[in-house]
Amino acid sequence: MVQPLETLTETASQTAGPYVHIGCIPSFAGLPGVYPEDLGLSPFSEGAAGEVVTITGAVLDGMGAPLRDAMIESWQADAAGRYPGTPGADPLVSGFCRFAADKDTGEFTLRTIRPGAVTGHDGRAMAPHVSLWIVARGINIGLHTRLYFEDADNASDPLLSRIDPPARAQTLIAQRTAPGAYRFDIRLQGAGETVFLDI
Amino acid sequence: MTTGRLIPRRRDAHPVPRYADYKTSVTRSPTLPLLSLESTPSEETGPRFGHGLIGPLDNDLIRNFSGGEGLAIGERIRVHGRVLDENGRPVPHTLVEIWQANAGGRYRHVKDGYFAPLDPNFGGCGRTLTDEHGVYEFMTVRPGAYPWPNRGNDWRPMHIHVSVFGHAFGQRLITQMYFEGDPLIDRCPIAATVRDRAQLDRLVAPLDIGASRPMDYLAYRFDIVLRGRRQTMFENRLEGM
Ligand SMILES: [Fe+3]
Repeated sequence: MVQPLETLTETASQTAGPYVHIGCIPSFAGLPGVYPEDLGLSPFSEGAAGEVVTITGAVLDGMGAPLRDAMIESWQADAAGRYPGTPGADPLVSGFCRFAADKDTGEFTLRTIRPGAVTGHDGRAMAPHVSLWIVARGINIGLHTRLYFEDADNASDPLLSRIDPPARAQTLIAQRTAPGAYRFDIRLQGAGETVFLDI
Repeated sequence: MTTGRLIPRRRDAHPVPRYADYKTSVTRSPTLPLLSLESTPSEETGPRFGHGLIGPLDNDLIRNFSGGEGLAIGERIRVHGRVLDENGRPVPHTLVEIWQANAGGRYRHVKDGYFAPLDPNFGGCGRTLTDEHGVYEFMTVRPGAYPWPNRGNDWRPMHIHVSVFGHAFGQRLITQMYFEGDPLIDRCPIAATVRDRAQLDRLVAPLDIGASRPMDYLAYRFDIVLRGRRQTMFENRLEGM
C-alpha cells in the first residue's frame, strides 16, 4: 500500500437535454418573469471599446441537419485582449454570452465586440478568438471549441498551429460575409468536423 | 482572482460521447479525437456573477413561478450540497442553476406534450450562488419520472438538471442529480452513458433525513466537484511550442 492521494474526481457530466432553455434562458423558453431577464443576453454594453461584430451560424449533426435545441455559451476578452475581471479590462465588456439555436431554423446569432489578441502563459500572443461551449440533447459532455476570425493574423496562433492535419484549423475560422459580419458553422461529426478541445 | 493551470479532465470519469442506446448521441458526438492542450487564460478565466443577480425567490421553485402567490404541487424537498474542486477546496460565490419537470413529470416547455398536466404554480427553474463555503440549497418538489422517445419504452428516472460555472470557463459543467432508491436509474440509457459505476453513483443524491424538516420537507444531499487547478511552485516553460 501507499499513501492515499487526497484528491477528488470531477462530477460526471450528463446531457443538458432538450429543455436546457428552461433552466438557463427561461424567458427564451417561454417562462418570462421568473427572473428579470435571461442571463448573458449580451457580452457587452453600449459604449464598449472596439468593433461590434455579428456572427451567425448553426450547429450541424452528422447528417448535416441543424440542431434546433442547441445552447451555446461564449467567453472572450475585450478589444484590448484583457479578460473581464483582470486589471484594466473594459468594464463595459462582460465577455459572457448565452445564445440558442432558433427553434425553427437552428440558426444562432452572436453580436459581440471583436476581441483583441490575448497573451498566453508562454508570452506568445493567441490570435483574437471567442471561446465557445455547446450543449444540447445528445451531447453528453459540453463541447469546447474556439472561433477565430478570417481577417485576423492567425498564422502564429499556438492552438491553431497544433491542429493536425493543419487543414482542420479552417473549421475554427469564421468566414467574413460583410463588413463586421461573419459565418461560423459548427459540425459535430462527418466531413468538416469541427475541432473540439480538451483543454 | 484564482489563477493557475487547470488539471486535465479525466475523460473516463465522464460519459462516453457516443452511446448506441441513447440514440440522439450517435449523430451528435464528435468522432475525431479532441485536441488536448494545456489550459490558457481563455479557459482559466470565466464569468463571475454577483449577489445582485439573485432574487429572494430564485432558489425556491415551490414559490418562484407564482411570485409567492401559490405553492407548487408535489412532495416538498430541499436539495442542498457543496461545490468543491478536485483539490477539495470549496468553490465560493459561484452560480448554480437547476431545471426540472413538475411532480407529474411534465416540463413547462412547448416541446413537452406528455399527458401529465402543467402545474399553474410551477415553472421549473431556479438559481442561487454558493456561499463562502461553497454551500448551496434549493427548495423544490420532487420531479416525476417521465417517458421519452428513444427505445421502445424508455423512462427518465426522477432527476434535476444542474448547471455550475465555477470560476473558469474550462470548469463549466452541466449534470443531472438522481434520487436514492429510484429503480429507473439502472434502466436509463442516459445515466448509463457514465460507464464508471462509482461516478454514476455520485450522481445519485442520498436522502439526508438530518437536513429535513419535520412536517415540512425531506432533504437530499448533492455535492458537486469541479475541475481543480494544479498546485505547484514550479512553472516551467516548454521551449519551441
Ligand atoms: Fe430532464
